[in-house]
Amino acid sequence: MSEDNQGILWEVFLQTKAGRPFKHVGSLHAYDKKMAMTAARDLFTRRGEGKGIWLVKAEDIVSSQLEDDEAFFDPSDDKVYRHPTFYTMPEGVKHI
Amino acid sequence: MKNINLYQYCLQLADTSFILSHRIAEYCSKAPHLEEDLAITNVGLDLLGQAESLLKYAAEIKNDGTTEDDLVFKRKENDFKSIHLSEIPNFDFAFILARQFLMDVYNELLFTKLSESKDDTINGISKKSIKEIRYHFQRSKDWMIRLGQGTEESNQRIQHALNELWMYTNELFYDSDVETELEKEGISVLSSSLENDWRKKTNQVIIEAGLVVPENQPHSMQYGKDGVHTEYLGYLLAEMQHLPLMYPDAKW
Repeated sequence: MSEDNQGILWEVFLQTKAGRPFKHVGSLHAYDKKMAMTAARDLFTRRGEGKGIWLVKAEDIVSSQLEDDEAFFDPSDDKVYRHPTFYTMPEGVKHI
Repeated sequence: MKNINLYQYCLQLADTSFILSHRIAEYCSKAPHLEEDLAITNVGLDLLGQAESLLKYAAEIKNDGTTEDDLVFKRKENDFKSIHLSEIPNFDFAFILARQFLMDVYNELLFTKLSESKDDTINGISKKSIKEIRYHFQRSKDWMIRLGQGTEESNQRIQHALNELWMYTNELFYDSDVETELEKEGISVLSSSLENDWRKKTNQVIIEAGLVVPENQPHSMQYGKDGVHTEYLGYLLAEMQHLPLMYPDAKW
């Protein structure tokens, strides 16, 4: 619980339609799961943005640490061959 | 005017949603936190949309060039047919939620039945509205339980709001002349037919919330549906209609 008493911080993920991945769209404060769900519906889906909602307590998300950036991510910078860009894409393949 | 009963009935349905939506609009930016502010305003906008559809239909029936805006901005207090409960001011957050809860249960029952109206337009508007109303009910029910089972203070305040508002609930089941007439044609719903279900449903939530169902004490024998209003409505209209009265037909 944060000190300003706004409740628990939740991260909101939306799915545009069945089968598609859930994407992070923002966060909100609420005291319980139900309240978080109705708030997510009212805050993030008013314009038809989603057909599915996931909520995760922000404190439950394990995040990489800024000080690890060099060790974690820099080594892949010079390894372009790891991208599958050296192949010819077959026709009709989407979402890559 | 042909079909004057249908015209009056549309106003009766629209005015309650409209006045309630205006009360909620007055609360915009004042909720305890941002998420709730957007959520409750959203409910108000749904109600405004429902009222707008019904007022458009009323204007169409009247068929003399009147628009839905005219019906809102140019009617006098005793031409409004809103029920008293919708007129009660936003005394505090508990009042707003209790008022909403009592109205949501009522609206869900009313518009579910109206979805079978023999009038195609009322039928269509009701089928569209009922989806929104079901969500309103779910939301206000959750809040009743949350506040009832919350802290000692939240319990006391929501109970106080319920106690104060309860005397207005009698009107929910009062059959106006037009609805009695139109019910014979299968167009309207008799309000009195909703009472048993309303009591059952509200009691269920109130008890689950750890609250006490107040005693039934009617406050008046004269009702909003007949154009007799609480003293609150006049002030609401004075503020809302001020600009169109001062500057008729002003444009943005």
